Amino acid sequence: MGVTQILFWFLSALAVISALMVLFSKSPVHSVLWLIVVFFAISGHYILLNAQFLAIVNIIVYAGAIMVLFLFVIMLMNLGKEGEKQNNFWVRFAGVVAGGSLLIELVSLVKQADEIHSKAVLMKEGNIGLIEVLGKVLFKNYVVPFEISSVLFLSAMVGAIVIGKKE
Amino acid sequence: MPIQYYIILSLTLFCIGIVGVLTRRNAIIVFMCIELMLNAVNLLLVAFSKMHHGAAYLTDKTTTVGADAQLFVFFIMVVAAAEVSVGLAIIVMLHRNTHSVDVNFLNRLKN
Repeated sequence: MGVTQILFWFLSALAVISALMVLFSKSPVHSVLWLIVVFFAISGHYILLNAQFLAIVNIIVYAGAIMVLFLFVIMLMNLGKEGEKQNNFWVRFAGVVAGGSLLIELVSLVKQADEIHSKAVLMKEGNIGLIEVLGKVLFKNYVVPFEISSVLFLSAMVGAIVIGKKE
Repeated sequence: MPIQYYIILSLTLFCIGIVGVLTRRNAIIVFMCIELMLNAVNLLLVAFSKMHHGAAYLTDKTTTVGADAQLFVFFIMVVAAAEVSVGLAIIVMLHRNTHSVDVNFLNRLKN
């Protein structure tokens, strides 16, 4: 087992365990901190796949900006003190059964699919994750979606301010 | 690494997100589970892009097959950032009006 395999299993276990801790944490602040761990594990996966640009963007945007926004809102509303009311047992049980059966069904589907049986992922090599290649593709073939996304950002900014301000 | 490992890892993260959305009542944690599901999909897209790139890489070392998928992930991140800002504003407004972030209070459209 090489270093790549060991890192893959370590990062996968870290991601899954932290994702479970997001669910099981009582306090929202702890959930946010565990979610940051999940994002770092996924960034590690990107680096393992040599998608360096996405790894950095994932850390900056998700673990940096979005999670700080979540923490701000939680501190603003002072949520840590009063405990969250739980759903009753049968609602939670039904949720776990629904999610678990979806997982089991999709995994069995993946095991049956013939097309992907011998396919492998290129680890560590390949240059498509580098910012040079991605920048060329972005500004040659995807200029219009890029500009439209800037309009989306502007409207999201205006929308957030309009929704969030007091009357 | 076989592609199945990445698919199963992404499915696991996605289903953990689904269970969180279905079982928790705190609106912020529901929202965080949606972010988790988005990230699972991103990871799957990157793994598939590297799968297709690996097939083309054997014949041509300078190919850029699969770069589109990584740009899709970039656009998903852009949209997710916009979505989070609006969603958190809605949660703040909800908390201002009902003094709670419990999603079970949001049943005024029921009757």
